[in-house]
Amino acid sequence: MLQNRSSYPSQQSAIAPSQASSSEKSIPTSLTPSAIRASITTPRKVTIYDRNLNRRAPELSLASFAFLFSELVQYSQKNVKGIQEMETKLSDYGYHVGQRVLELAVIREIKTAKRETRVLGLLQFINTGIWKSVFGKPADALEKSKDQEDEYMIIDNDPIVNKYISVPKEMSQLNCAAFQAGIVEAVMDGCQFPARVTAHSVPTDLFPLKTVFLVKLDPVVVERERYMR
Amino acid sequence: MVVYSLYILNKAAGLIYQRDFNESLKRLSSNDYLVLSGTFHAVYAIASQISPVPSSSGIEVLETEKFRLQCFQTLTGTKFLLISEPRQQNTDAILRRIYELYSDYVIKNPFYQIEMPVRCELFDRHLATYIRGIP
Repeated sequence: MLQNRSSYPSQQSAIAPSQASSSEKSIPTSLTPSAIRASITTPRKVTIYDRNLNRRAPELSLASFAFLFSELVQYSQKNVKGIQEMETKLSDYGYHVGQRVLELAVIREIKTAKRETRVLGLLQFINTGIWKSVFGKPADALEKSKDQEDEYMIIDNDPIVNKYISVPKEMSQLNCAAFQAGIVEAVMDGCQFPARVTAHSVPTDLFPLKTVFLVKLDPVVVERERYMR
Repeated sequence: MVVYSLYILNKAAGLIYQRDFNESLKRLSSNDYLVLSGTFHAVYAIASQISPVPSSSGIEVLETEKFRLQCFQTLTGTKFLLISEPRQQNTDAILRRIYELYSDYVIKNPFYQIEMPVRCELFDRHLATYIRGIP
């Protein structure tokens, strides 16, 4: 193709572009439609990196996600001593997801995004932006703890990961939304707001799966906030 | 119209779920429920064998003066039995909906072990809501 391209200028002078496509000679030149078609049909594996970053993926199947998450929970049940350890494991898996989620969110919203410097701004970004892009809906509430200065709560009335999960009575301490907490923790860490995020079930009659994500900020962040005020 | 009770049998004829939706029903001992479901499973198997039609599906409906028993077998061999009033309409559609609930809230639950008795709070809750809403 490169060889043909070198002969292209002389051809162009001889034949007008509109005629070129119909003539036999000019087919190998890289600009004719048939040549483009030929390059597409050559077998090439399409990977995730070839897709457009900004095009929002269509909605995914909740059922396949539920099965995948179910397997993840079963996997995390192996070789753990207690519920605490299992939640830590789930949170770690979520952390890996969160790191990528933040990266993608920042790249996608590069024109509008700004670097959050205050805790509240970041939490609001998580509450609406991150939640919406990952779970398809904003979180239901964002609250500040009354007693503790360094604690915030993100409330989700119906976390998507828990939709089909009924935790047995003997494990009532467990909340599989620890995975979701891990995502939040990674986003907080990635934005240089180190924090511990844990998930707690707060069932109500109306929302039996209601979960509170408790964000406990690192002392460093609290101190910085004090300077910024 | 009244739906009396639901039985779910695994493919080895074990009773994995039993629930009554009507207060007036007399409770049997758990052994009796196992016997009932085991008997039905056997009769179902025999019926599908001796049927003059090749590859028969076995018993689908059993009608009596007092009740109507609808059976729905999934492709994997799990059986759903619904016992209702004889006049109850669309019992097969009800069973299909229950199968949907089962595949959502039981099969997708990571704490449920396949072929074992069903103890899923969300399944109980959604099932009760659905049965209450049936006209």
